[in-house]
Amino acid sequence: MSLWKIAWRSIQQRALASGLTALSMTLGVALVVAVLVIYGVLDKSFKRGAQGYDMIVGAKGSPLQLVLTTVYHLGRPPGTIPYQYYLDLSPGGRFSDAVRAAVPVCVGGNYKGFRVIGTEPYYFADFEYLEGEQYEFAEGRNFNAGNYFEAVIGSTVARETGLEVGDTFRPVHGLDAEQGEEHEPFTVVGILAPTGTPNDRALFVNIEGFYLVHEHEEEDQAGGEAAGDETVAPAGATHGGDGEASSGGRPEAPGTEDEELEKLLARQMTAVLVLRKDPMSPEFDEPDVTNPLALPRLINREPDAQAVEPAQVIADLFGGIVGNVQTILLVLAVLIVIVAGIGILVSIYNSMNDRRHEIAIMRALGARRVTVMMIILCESILLAIGGGLLGVLLGHSLTWAFSPMIAEHTGVIVRPWEFQLTELILVPGLVLLATAVGYLPAVVAYRTDVAQSLTAGA
Amino acid sequence: MEESGKLLELRKVKKSFPQPDGSRLHVLDIPRFEVDAGEQLAIMGKSGCGKSTLLHLIAGISRPDSGRIMIDGWDITLFEEHECDIFRAKMVGYVFQTFNLLPGFTALENVLMGMTFGPRPPERSVVRHFFERVLWGPARAERARARRLLERVGLGHRLTHRPTQLSVGEQQRVAVARALANRPKLILADEPTANVDVGHQQQIIDLLCQTCREENVALLIVTHAPEVAEQFERIEMLEELNAVIVQ
Repeated sequence: MSLWKIAWRSIQQRALASGLTALSMTLGVALVVAVLVIYGVLDKSFKRGAQGYDMIVGAKGSPLQLVLTTVYHLGRPPGTIPYQYYLDLSPGGRFSDAVRAAVPVCVGGNYKGFRVIGTEPYYFADFEYLEGEQYEFAEGRNFNAGNYFEAVIGSTVARETGLEVGDTFRPVHGLDAEQGEEHEPFTVVGILAPTGTPNDRALFVNIEGFYLVHEHEEEDQAGGEAAGDETVAPAGATHGGDGEASSGGRPEAPGTEDEELEKLLARQMTAVLVLRKDPMSPEFDEPDVTNPLALPRLINREPDAQAVEPAQVIADLFGGIVGNVQTILLVLAVLIVIVAGIGILVSIYNSMNDRRHEIAIMRALGARRVTVMMIILCESILLAIGGGLLGVLLGHSLTWAFSPMIAEHTGVIVRPWEFQLTELILVPGLVLLATAVGYLPAVVAYRTDVAQSLTAGA
Repeated sequence: MEESGKLLELRKVKKSFPQPDGSRLHVLDIPRFEVDAGEQLAIMGKSGCGKSTLLHLIAGISRPDSGRIMIDGWDITLFEEHECDIFRAKMVGYVFQTFNLLPGFTALENVLMGMTFGPRPPERSVVRHFFERVLWGPARAERARARRLLERVGLGHRLTHRPTQLSVGEQQRVAVARALANRPKLILADEPTANVDVGHQQQIIDLLCQTCREENVALLIVTHAPEVAEQFERIEMLEELNAVIVQ
C-alpha cells in the first residue's frame, strides 16, 4: 500500500463527492485549455495567413482593414489604388529593384458567401503560402492568363459548394450578399489542395475576366451608379493575352501600345501583394537602387497608396486587442479553476469529521502525523490532476468538436492534437493549487487526537 | 536505553484528564507494572476504569503526566512524538475492540497498511524506502509476509475481500494479522472479544494466543470478561495495579 493508493482508495470510498469535485476541476481546466488552444490556433493561423507575402500595397486608410481584406478575405477594403502601382512594382517599374514578385488583387463579388478574388495566374506560382510550401492543385490546373473566364477555387469552397473542375459559377455582385445581380459565369479549372490559410475559402478568377464583367456591368448601368461596395473601378480591359499562365499575363510597362496602356492605367485595384528581395543582397549596396527596407516608406509618401507589412499588422492586432481578450478570458478561466480547487478543499474538509477515526487507526498502526498529512495532500493532488487531465482531454475534444464550425466561420482549422506549450504549466500549476487547497484538511488530519478519536469510534 | 530483562516496565505512571470545570480527573496511577518478553497476560477491570487509557500509554498514543514507560529498554516517555510513532510501528501491534479495519481496503491491504507505516529496515536505503512508501508500496517480501499472515489466520481465500464482505470473526482475524505485520514484540489487545458472540470469543483468544506464541510476541489483553481472563496464567486486576480509584 503506497500513500497514493491509500489516497486513491479514500477517493473511491467517497466516489460521488469526489467525482463531482473532480468534474468541477475538469470543466475549469477544459475552459482554460479551450481558451489556450483557440487563441493559439488563431494566432498561428493568422500569422500563417500573412506569411506568403511580406508587403501589401493598397489604398490609404486602415492598415488592418487592408490586411484583413486582402489576406483574410474579411471586411471591406479601404478603397482602391490605380493600376499604375502594380506597374511600378512589376519588372521595369520604378520600385522593381526591390521587388521579387508582385501580384494584383481585386476584391469584388462573392459566390455563396465565399469571396471572389481577381488576380493573375502566377499568384499560385510565384508565391508560397508558407515558407517552402507551394500552392498545389488537388484537382485540375491553374487558370490561363489568356482564358479570361477560368477560375481556381480553394479546398473549403469546393467542399462547401460542391463545385468541381469543369463546373461553372456566376459570382454575385457585392462582398457579402448571396443573392443579387449575377456576373458572367466562370469555369472552374482547378481546385487548390488545402493550405490551412484563408485562401481555402476563396475563389480566384482571372483578373482580366474580373475586369471584363465589371466593365459590362458598368456599361449596363450606363455609368451612372457607383459599383456598390465593390472596390474595383472598371476600365478598359485588355482582351489580348498570350494565354500562358506563368508569365504571359504579366504587364510590361514599357513597350505597351499607348491605347492599351491608357486603358490599363485607368484601371483600379484593391491591392498589390509584394514579395521583396533580400535587403542584405549586395545589389543594394549601390546608392541608386531602391532598398527593399525603404520600400514601405517610399510608397507611404505617395498620395494614393500605403504599404503595410501584414505580419507586423497581425502581430499588433494580437498584441493589442486579441491578446487582451485572451488575457481576460484566461483570468476568468483560471478563477474557475481556483473555485474548483476550493471545491476540493471543501469536499475533503467536510469529509474530515467522518475520517478522524480512520486517521486515528492509521496513527495507531504507526503512521506519523506527516504521513497522514501527505495522504490528504495526495488525495487533493489526485483529484486536481485527475480532473485536470480529463479537462485537458475535454478541452481539446470540445475545440475539435467545434472545429467544423470554427473553420466555416473563420477558415481556421482546429486539430485536437494541437497542444499549446502553455498547457505544460497546467500540471505543476494544478499540483501547486492542490497542495494549497489540500493544506487545510491536511492540517486537520495532522492535528487529529488519536486517543480521543479511537475512543470516540470504539 | 536500559537493560532490565523486562519487555515492558511501567514506573510511577500517572495519567489524568482535564475536566470542564478546570479540575483534573485522575485515571491512572500505577507504581509498578512489568511484562516479560513473550509473556501472555490479561488485565481485568470494569468499564471506564482506564484499561484503554493504559494501552494508549503503553502504545505511545497518549502521554503520561509523569512516570516512565520502558519497552525493550527504551523509555518512550522521552521520545518525541514522531519517534513514538516509529517505535509503535516497529514494536507494538494493536488489536482494537471494534477491529477497526479500514472499510475501503481489502483484507490484504489492511495488513499491508501496517507495513506501509512500518519502520525502514536497516538494509534498505532511505531513497528506496521513500519511493516504496509513497509510490509503489511495500516490497514483494512484505507482501508475501502479509499473505502468509492471512493464510495463518485461515483467510488465505479472503485476501481481496473487504471488511463488509467478512464475518465478525474473520474481521478480527484480519486485525490480528495486521497487528503482527511488522513483527512487533508486544501485542496490545483492547477488549478483542467484546463485540463478538461467545462462539467466536474462544476462536479469537485461541488465535491471539497461538499466533503470539508462534511469533514469540508478548500479549497483553485488557478485558472485563472473566471467562476471557481465566484463560491466561497471569491475570492482573487494574483496580489492584492502580492507586487511583475511579468512580
